[in-house]
Amino acid sequence: MKHTLGQIFRSPKFLVGFVIFMAILLLVIIYPLFVTDNPLGIIGQGTFFEPGIYVNVYDSLRSPQYILNLDNAAINRIASRLGDQERQDMKEWLIEYGVPEDEIDIDDTESLMELWVNNYDSTIVVPGMTAAKRKYYVRLDASLEGILATEGFHISVRNEETGDLDEVGYVNQKDYVNVNQVANVRILPLGTDNFGRDMLTELVAAIGVSLKIGLVAGLIATMIGLSLGLLAGYIGGWLDDIIMFITNLFTVIPSFVLLILISYSIGQEQRGAITIAAVIGLTSWVWTTRAVRAQVISLRNRDHVNLSKLSGHSVLHIIVADILPYIASYVFMALILQISSGILAEAGLSILGLGPKTTEVPTLGLMMNWAMIYSAHIMGKWWAYFPVIVAIALVSFSLNLMNTGLDQVFNPALRD
Amino acid sequence: MLQAKRGMAVFSNCQSIGGAALKGYLKYFGGKLIWFLITLIFAFLLNFILPRLMPGDPVAIITQRVVQGMTSQTGIQKVYEEYATLFGTNRPMHEQFFLYVRNLFQGNLGTSFSQYPRPVADILKSSLGWTLALQLPAILVGWMIGNTLGALAAYVKKGFDKVLLPASIFLSNLPAFGMAVILLVIFGVQLKWFPTSGGYGFDMIPKFSWDFIKSVILHYQLPFWSIVTIAIGGQAIGMRSMSIYELNADYVKFARFLGIKDRKIIGYVFRNAMLPQITGLALSIGTMVGGALVAETIFSYPGLGSTILTAVMGQDYPMISAATLLITLMVLVTTFLIEILYGVIDPRIKAAQTD
Repeated sequence: MKHTLGQIFRSPKFLVGFVIFMAILLLVIIYPLFVTDNPLGIIGQGTFFEPGIYVNVYDSLRSPQYILNLDNAAINRIASRLGDQERQDMKEWLIEYGVPEDEIDIDDTESLMELWVNNYDSTIVVPGMTAAKRKYYVRLDASLEGILATEGFHISVRNEETGDLDEVGYVNQKDYVNVNQVANVRILPLGTDNFGRDMLTELVAAIGVSLKIGLVAGLIATMIGLSLGLLAGYIGGWLDDIIMFITNLFTVIPSFVLLILISYSIGQEQRGAITIAAVIGLTSWVWTTRAVRAQVISLRNRDHVNLSKLSGHSVLHIIVADILPYIASYVFMALILQISSGILAEAGLSILGLGPKTTEVPTLGLMMNWAMIYSAHIMGKWWAYFPVIVAIALVSFSLNLMNTGLDQVFNPALRD
Repeated sequence: MLQAKRGMAVFSNCQSIGGAALKGYLKYFGGKLIWFLITLIFAFLLNFILPRLMPGDPVAIITQRVVQGMTSQTGIQKVYEEYATLFGTNRPMHEQFFLYVRNLFQGNLGTSFSQYPRPVADILKSSLGWTLALQLPAILVGWMIGNTLGALAAYVKKGFDKVLLPASIFLSNLPAFGMAVILLVIFGVQLKWFPTSGGYGFDMIPKFSWDFIKSVILHYQLPFWSIVTIAIGGQAIGMRSMSIYELNADYVKFARFLGIKDRKIIGYVFRNAMLPQITGLALSIGTMVGGALVAETIFSYPGLGSTILTAVMGQDYPMISAATLLITLMVLVTTFLIEILYGVIDPRIKAAQTD
């Protein structure tokens, strides 16, 4: 046993798979200890907030302020509102309007702004311009307002009695706050999803649930497959005929179709994560049955089994003591593959809208489904779908890598 | 005289061998055909029984969904009765079954709920073509490329194998919908080389014109390649291990020992490694179709995958039931055809059946 384990862990493929899988597992276990938020809690008002650090504006006004004299602050400020694309668009409008092209220098912000302020008027209809484009210029013009200002902002509070605004503070353009001193800062490493939930917290919870679904589905499928395979292979006869008949039927009838039919018939309200796992397990035992049966048939007439039979051991004893140890490695490998395909099956079902009900727990498939329904992929909200795909791929990749590594250890013909 | 007799004997012997071989094939085909029919009947049965096995009254559930917001009790009762008659659930089970079979043979798959009063058969007829035209070529192309790469990896080994195997494992573990999304974002949204959704331009009506064909081909690329890429991975892994297994077989060593040219040996090896891959294709085609159906929905391709998605959204039971039946039928027929092909290619089938 010790020797086998040593051999397994010397297989580089197994090791890589094992390390990736353990890292994912650790993340799933440790992350909730630090972030105890409800993974389905809606924190964002709006859809698809970009990943980043969110600093409370109100609190930052109340935080101690520091003056930093930085040369490029003004340039950065202008560039964040007036990028290359905006400058090009402004030039286009000005040319359409009739300003000679050589008078426009898009790199000189001041002269460009001057030309723009002097000439732009939202009421002017430039011939041949679409309504969408015209509205875009109105928005652009509004966003440019005060871009060259050197003044700061006055902070006022409404006086309860008189209704006047009393100035309580002034924010200079050179004022800074230290993020560490702001009371409320929220880091959203993966932004928020379409409902305004923290993507990372949700994703970690979803990986956990999906692993659970895979494990339950895998265990059910392996248990059914193992029992049927042992019965068919060891006892044989008419039992073998019946089991093989059913197995062959379910080999050809695509299990995905059965999954769709059963999941739909169960109905949305009854579909919990574990129910889905059980349905997946119940439809994917076929391969294990076939393989276990084949192995058992080849073991059935070995000398040690015959000896055991002659010694009067019971069928159960023979199966447990003389047959199971020989197929244990195989069954374990099958279980690993079943877990991985269970996770993929759940994801596929959820994308079709047949996954677990949406109000209880997130799963990788459900997150994918939500991202697709809200067309995150078309709108370029990569954080809503890409981490999910990576998570699915990594889990399934690591499990399969472990399986390939084990295969090479237990099946010497495949070794390099 | 004696010569002629011997000749006759040889001739008749030949004939009998030929006859036996043919008989062997026929036996193989016959066996496969019977098995195909049994599975088909069983698939029909499952499609009939599964929804009826579910706890609760499916008609009541469907009615409940349809009458949401309706307050008149008699109205609800009326809808319930309508559906009960439509599905025939108010009749005894055996009568329901005969009704179901009779309707199937008449090509009557019921009426769609979500696109009432369009018949389901009508909707599925158009989506089946799209799915067939997309998935069969994609799976076959993926299978061929995958096998070639796998065989190369086994033969070349060294660097090629070191790169190809992990890449293949990674590719084959990426779900087809994941690959679909990645290709869509890169080539559809970022580079804008291909359209992101649909089977043809949204401003066109299907007709036989150059513009329409061009649009269909453009829309075809992304779904096609996402299915192909996924298929390549799985097939390459399988072919690689089969080829390594065969390359280490005794007959290869013996052939090398005899001094037979490497190229010739490789021909034998890959032919032998190929046979299990064909069976593998027959067995895995169901799973591949399942994955590809989900990939279809990502591109809103007008095939069966998107039909199922809309049916689920619209809680359209007759459509789901009919679509799953159609997919089963598609997979069964394909599997049957591959097995027939296998029988022709594998000489062992002939030998086994003649014995």
